[in-house]
Amino acid sequence: MPEAKRPLPKPTPETRHFWEGAAAGELRLQRCDQCRHVYFPPRPFCPKCASRKVSVFKASGKARLYSYVINHRPMPPFTAPYSIAVVELEEGPRMMTNVVGCPQTPQALQLDMALEVVFEKQTDEITLPFFKPAGA
Amino acid sequence: MKRKSIAVVGAAETTELGLIPNVSQIQLHADAALNAMADAGLKPADIDGLATTPEWTPVLANYLGITPGWVDGTMVGGCSFMLHVRHAAAAINEGLCRTVLITHGESGRSRVGVGGFAGNRASLEGQFEAPYGIMGPTTVFTIPALRYMKTYGVTEEQLAMVAVVQREWAARNPRATMKDPITVQDVLNSRMIAYPFRLMMCCLVTDGGGALILTSAERAKDFPRKPVYILGTGEAAESWMISQMEDFTTSKAFRVSGGKAFEEAGISHQDVDHLMIYDAFAHLPLYGLEDLGFCKRGEAAAFIWERNTAPGGKLPVNTNGGGLSYMHSGMYGMYALQESVRQMRGIAPAQVPGARISVCHGVGGMFAASGTIIFSNEAP
Repeated sequence: MPEAKRPLPKPTPETRHFWEGAAAGELRLQRCDQCRHVYFPPRPFCPKCASRKVSVFKASGKARLYSYVINHRPMPPFTAPYSIAVVELEEGPRMMTNVVGCPQTPQALQLDMALEVVFEKQTDEITLPFFKPAGA
Repeated sequence: MKRKSIAVVGAAETTELGLIPNVSQIQLHADAALNAMADAGLKPADIDGLATTPEWTPVLANYLGITPGWVDGTMVGGCSFMLHVRHAAAAINEGLCRTVLITHGESGRSRVGVGGFAGNRASLEGQFEAPYGIMGPTTVFTIPALRYMKTYGVTEEQLAMVAVVQREWAARNPRATMKDPITVQDVLNSRMIAYPFRLMMCCLVTDGGGALILTSAERAKDFPRKPVYILGTGEAAESWMISQMEDFTTSKAFRVSGGKAFEEAGISHQDVDHLMIYDAFAHLPLYGLEDLGFCKRGEAAAFIWERNTAPGGKLPVNTNGGGLSYMHSGMYGMYALQESVRQMRGIAPAQVPGARISVCHGVGGMFAASGTIIFSNEAP
């Protein structure tokens, strides 16, 4: 049996800027030029006011832990137990991630703890953003 | 929709439930459909409207030997059947068809005759959630729960109590998969699946199906069974990506769907005798009780802990044992509907004495979508 691999994203024209940003070590979000709403995941229009005038910008990479589970079932190539988390970025939007760089336990993973983005290259095209405890 | 203009005149589940390794998925649909037609005293040729999932509607139509003139294949996960009921009611009222068959069958455990599933890695979920090791409902549907628990101070013991109470209902139901009594400690000692969810806080994975037949209330009087009337309906879709759900402590889809159904039914919460809340995991009855308006925000866990939803309580909930103890094939909404119909017919194994109004609330695609059907057994 072939070795299981992490299912990697297939960028689309509308999301390419995000993945190019990740490869360059930047977390890129979009902001509406008209109503200033910041949103994620990527799309070429504002989900709040429907304006097509939107800009890409580099986010701070700071976030807080909004909620998570710790998966205990085998899921190659992941090593259980591992966290699957949703973080709230400083700019407002939320995204899914794994919290890395700390024990995968309820004690180490406290809701609202400060996190910061780290990038891990997967392939020449894809680098994934993860989050670790701030300052760790 | 005009209240009580549509009725359920046929309802049945598959002949067997639980582990059915010798029946393919499409035959589970057909078995339930044939049982429902027998229940209603109908033949396939009498059916002129068909709604189904996860089999494709044209495939099932041909399998049953019918060519329906009204077709619905709405697929929004486990509550799809609540939406089918709502759409069918509108179609019958509009004169698009007269007699609608709604079916479900799923070889959830045995996987006989089930198509493969390949995730689309170019979808937004494929790009922004799948890379982080999600493996279906146990690691996705469950993610909001910790935020809910922290916000309202809900304990793991209280989450466990949801499963305990439902097992009490299941013990009264001979067709339930799990009937042995359990304690809060048993639930907390069961294997960790995805913290904070332990095995007994997660639904079963079994095989089965169910079917409903709907027609106009006027025609319903001529059928062999006592009609069960549709009082109100609602549906909603929020987000397939769990990370984009608006607020992890409340479901917007639940609130929109439930609100529409209650408004259409013209009833208050005090009028409700029986409630079904799709329980793929133990936290869902908490969200359901609050988002449908039966409890204030943050009070549902205490409401269950104080046995209000248990046998003998003032609001019987999930009286078949629910997805946690009765059965769960993958798309449980059909079984919740079946239990509401049984309660309204007065034939449920754990019958609520004198029940006149039943609210049946479904979730689909985890927190992605919702459907709510309110039934009454009193003639218009």
